[in-house]
Amino acid sequence: MTDVIQVQKKVLSENARIANELREKFARTCVTVVNLISAPGSGKTRLLERTLELLPDGVRAAVLTGDIQTEKDAERLARFGYPVRQITTGGTCHLDATMIERHLIDWDLDDLDILFIENVGNLVCPSSYDLGEEAKIVLLSVTEGEEKPLKYPSIFFKAKLIVLTKTDLLPYVPFDLELAKLNARSINADAEIIETSCQTGDGLTQWMSWLEARVLRNAAVRS
Amino acid sequence: MHELSIASSIIETVRGEIASRPGRRATAVGVRIGALAAIDADALRFGFDAIVKDSDLEPLRIDIEQIDRRQRCLDCSTEFETDRYTLTCPACGSLRGACIAGEELDITFIEVEEA
Ligand SMILES: Nc1nc2c(ncn2[C@@H]2O[C@H](COP(=O)(O)OP(=O)(O)O)[C@@H](O)[C@H]2O)c(=O)[nH]1
Ligand SMILES: [Mg+2]
Ligand SMILES: [Zn+2]
Repeated sequence: MTDVIQVQKKVLSENARIANELREKFARTCVTVVNLISAPGSGKTRLLERTLELLPDGVRAAVLTGDIQTEKDAERLARFGYPVRQITTGGTCHLDATMIERHLIDWDLDDLDILFIENVGNLVCPSSYDLGEEAKIVLLSVTEGEEKPLKYPSIFFKAKLIVLTKTDLLPYVPFDLELAKLNARSINADAEIIETSCQTGDGLTQWMSWLEARVLRNAAVRS
Repeated sequence: MHELSIASSIIETVRGEIASRPGRRATAVGVRIGALAAIDADALRFGFDAIVKDSDLEPLRIDIEQIDRRQRCLDCSTEFETDRYTLTCPACGSLRGACIAGEELDITFIEVEEA
């Protein structure tokens, strides 16, 4: 005799549980947490290098950076004097909430204003895993084609901010910026879009203001 | 390719349900996947079957239901299904909408029989 048991359960309910615990902890300690996601090579680490360089004095930042194999990105980012920790996933194509929890274990979140998470270079898998972050940020470089938002709708749908990177290369590649934005908007009409070049510095002021607004809002809760 | 780890999570849930029901075994598990879940149904089925094959769970099946994205227009309340290329309301042309379906990644049922 066959019976059907009705279940209403998220497949990733265990990840969701840990992510919610993290989110509560981040809220309690007033830390702004952002999760940077892109294809390999779109400029996540470069943008973080520029960001750490430009951070105003007194802002307490830290970085968790994910990579399948190496510690290269952590080495690049450690130069700026902020705490940086590499998460080496050993083959896994995304970060999950347990990895974040484990790598934060001996960091006092009360001592932080902003935590940057650089996800593993991948536009598909990271979008399924909630890390307890306040915002997912997706990066798209101008050398990747305007269709990326249509090909990877999930991550563009979930992003609060879309950063178009490497705009200094626009004269050299056939990339229609307006079409790329239109495609992004056809998946996610609410996301903000910022155009940046880490080479020329274009757009970085706007990027830093976007971050600062969040940090200030969360810090206001603290005081 | 994270469908393999998604498949393992589904199988863990099945094992958990079965553990509390002695004398029964699972024959099928139902999964609902939204168009925005970033899961490839074929890859999931492939990974699922690979884990089940030659295990004590054989012949457990996976039954995948795929869900389109649905929007509700914030201006005229029309609800509509959408492919991934436009969010424009078919009734009033507004772009202001809320996503009401398409993010699912859920286990919906487990079918069991006497072992
Ligand atoms: N021309 C140009 N190159 C960039 C820019 N941002 C990053 N890159 C280069 O793109 C490559 C990949 O960048 P990286 O930050 O390592 O990408 P990640 O894999 O997303 O972390 C590196 O060679 C960077 O120097 C930019 O704004 N302009
Ligand atoms: Mg990197
Ligand atoms: Zn309408």
